Amino acid sequence: MVEQPKIHLEHVGFTYNATSATTGAEPVEALKDVTLSIPPHAITVIFGPSGGGKTTLLRLINRLNDMLSGTRRTGQVLLDGQDIYAHDVSVVELRRRVGMVFSLPLPIPGTVRHNVTYGLQLAGMRDQTVLDNALVRSLQQAALWDEVKDRLDDPATALSGGQQQRLCIARSLALEPDVLLLDEPTSGLDPISTAKVEHSLMELKKHYTIVIVPHSVQQGARVADYAAFFLMGELMEAGPGRQVFINPKNKRTEDYITGRFG
Amino acid sequence: MRQRIMQRVGFALLALTSLIVVVPILLVVGIIVARGLNAVSWEFLTAMPREGMRAGGILPAIVGTILLTLGTALAAIPVGVAGAIYLSEYASDNIFTRSIRLAIINLAGIPSVVYGLFGLGLFVIFLRFGTSILAGSLTLAIMTLPIIVSTTEEALRSVPMEFRTVSASLGGTRWQGIWKIILPQAFPGIVTGVLLGLLRAAGETAPILFTVATFFLPRLPQSVFDQTMALPYHLFVISTQVPGMPMEIQYGTALVLLVLVLSLNLVATLLRSYFRRRRQW
Amino acid sequence: MCGARMNDQEQQPRREARVEPVSTARGLGQGRDHHWGEFLVENAIRVLGFSAIGFVVLIFLFLLQEGLPTFFRVELPILFGQRWYPTFDLYGTMPLILGSVLVTIVAIAIALPLGVATAVFVREVAPNWAREILKPMIETLAGIPSVVLGFFGMTIVAPLVRDVLGAPTGLTAFTGALLLAYMSLPTIISVAEDALDAVPKSYRDAGLAMGATRWQTIWRVVVPAARSGIITAIMLGMGRAIGETMAVMMVTGNAARMPVTADSLFRPVRTMTATIAAEMGEVARGSTHYHVLFGVGIILFVLTFMINLAAASVIFQKRRRGGLR
Repeated sequence: MVEQPKIHLEHVGFTYNATSATTGAEPVEALKDVTLSIPPHAITVIFGPSGGGKTTLLRLINRLNDMLSGTRRTGQVLLDGQDIYAHDVSVVELRRRVGMVFSLPLPIPGTVRHNVTYGLQLAGMRDQTVLDNALVRSLQQAALWDEVKDRLDDPATALSGGQQQRLCIARSLALEPDVLLLDEPTSGLDPISTAKVEHSLMELKKHYTIVIVPHSVQQGARVADYAAFFLMGELMEAGPGRQVFINPKNKRTEDYITGRFG
Repeated sequence: MRQRIMQRVGFALLALTSLIVVVPILLVVGIIVARGLNAVSWEFLTAMPREGMRAGGILPAIVGTILLTLGTALAAIPVGVAGAIYLSEYASDNIFTRSIRLAIINLAGIPSVVYGLFGLGLFVIFLRFGTSILAGSLTLAIMTLPIIVSTTEEALRSVPMEFRTVSASLGGTRWQGIWKIILPQAFPGIVTGVLLGLLRAAGETAPILFTVATFFLPRLPQSVFDQTMALPYHLFVISTQVPGMPMEIQYGTALVLLVLVLSLNLVATLLRSYFRRRRQW
Repeated sequence: MCGARMNDQEQQPRREARVEPVSTARGLGQGRDHHWGEFLVENAIRVLGFSAIGFVVLIFLFLLQEGLPTFFRVELPILFGQRWYPTFDLYGTMPLILGSVLVTIVAIAIALPLGVATAVFVREVAPNWAREILKPMIETLAGIPSVVLGFFGMTIVAPLVRDVLGAPTGLTAFTGALLLAYMSLPTIISVAEDALDAVPKSYRDAGLAMGATRWQTIWRVVVPAARSGIITAIMLGMGRAIGETMAVMMVTGNAARMPVTADSLFRPVRTMTATIAAEMGEVARGSTHYHVLFGVGIILFVLTFMINLAAASVIFQKRRRGGLR
């Protein structure tokens, strides 16, 4: 990783229920002193057993954790060298540059077209040609265009699960983000849809920096350019995908990959 | 075996109790409809009262109740819905929010006649609105507020959190998420809540006793500072204060009020069940 | 930038609304968060939300302002005396308070078994079709204006009570309590139903697995588990009953006598709410009588406030939730 990293986490820690004296819930330390660089134009796989802090990490990168109360964050998250938690950062602008796809496809109520152009419309884009171009481009990038080009004005909920998930990817891509975060994007999908999503990721990484939490170790190994293994909120190991999945340095990484726990 | 029999008897008793609860409801509605139907005619609905209300129609009371309900809607809906949006979407769980919730629970429990006293003190006397449609509507609006707030909040909260997250992740501000996604989805629930609140306002008597209602005023109100007759108060007056009032007119008035309120109720119930079945998540 | 700055403000989810200063070009600072319209809307919403507290405080303030002079104008022994004859400057509130208490207690005594049994029937026993009929009817009852029920009580129930009891009048405390019982039933049934609904299915399964019949399971396991919710239901029903005005005024006969004799239940009585409603229209503003009626309003307000507070504390205990949605 000689290149300037796209995203750099510096001693990042994150705790839920940190200020919850009123609710009485126990504090949960989801991330502990994580330092990690994520290179541009590549797929970085974040994997590990559940409860390891993977989702928390993704949501830190576009500040979705801001929406929760009672949390505490330490350390720095840099995007292109800029601290995204600095005072003068616009959260909205950040989220336009860092898109996110969730584990459940969750179309916004409305048509396919409305779903894809929603983000642009939020940003104040009114020009119909721009919207239409973005619609076509992002649906194509998400490998969905051929399937829905005649159904653009159908309700998004009429699509199949796999199509809905790619629609959600297209929805993020419409904003031309720099970074695409995917949180187990194929967890609810059949193998064919999964293959399609993975295939489109391979295409997308030419233009975008992709960080993905895979829904299985196998999927991680399939798509990883780089990989990072998390266990109980701690970064165990990070490096090029081949090395981490084939020749892990850390004993616990190896145990997890070979299925000895998890 | 003995236990089986005991269970059968027990269940039968429970069913019987439920009958004891619902049969009187049927009786109330049935008797009022049966006896009131004779009185209700086109003239009854559209004419001024005559001969000391012993003849003629009840138009000013109907108009008065409609005006009061509209006034209540105008005042209560914006405040109530905004309050609910605040509680559901903005407020974090702290002492302050809890006191708002507590305040709303208590508003809901304050006796209607105490609202009447408050309306008299604040709107009629202190703000010098006099006994007027304005004072009455505002009094009813404050009484309706907790119903609208709590039902609207429930409707907003039933929209899954994920929609807020998705909207935010696409660069939406909090308000954009609320305006473009959350409110449209919660809309049917909000309408139901608003209707339930308004029908309560339409049927109430005690809050308008000292703030707006007038005994007998055979003309339509001209401005918001006018007094007006209103159906619930009219029913109260003709059934308790006017000797020799024909029973038919009393039942007729009760029927009109009942139909007005129950039809709002029905619309609310139908809307709710319709949208519950249609919901996508 | 680290832990120290993450104070409570920082974690609130309303951050996006904050005006963010601008910085570099495709940097992160091009603040489109800076919608002044949005800023306005959000603050308006906040203010309106807070206004709910304002109203409760205002209501109490106005009651105090108009009601407190009572205590300077009427001597305490008279105020808590047994005779309410405003014409003779006798403002003894005891008959009114006891009248309200009597009517409310009897109403709850009637409504509680009916309400809980109906809730149990609807939730645990009734087949679907019966439920589909019962629920809308109970909701209908909740929608009937109290003046209509009062009218029905006057014209139908009171004569019935008179004939059955052979009393001189059917306008009695009992008639009022009967009406109030039915008026508080929708509240009691729906809250009790929610409470039964909240009992986990595993409780029922455990009861049945131990060989108990459904009947036994309901009364020994499910209902006890829903106890706190049922208590809430009773309290909310009580709050509803004690504050009810029109129906009570129309059917209780409104005689301000001390309901202390054994037959009081079947004789006329007068409640606090009925007194205010009946007399406020006819008193001169600023007169002693006027202030005393507001004083009675204070008593009512405080009573219902305490009942609701108690009910709310049960609810709050049950639904403590971390963070927000």
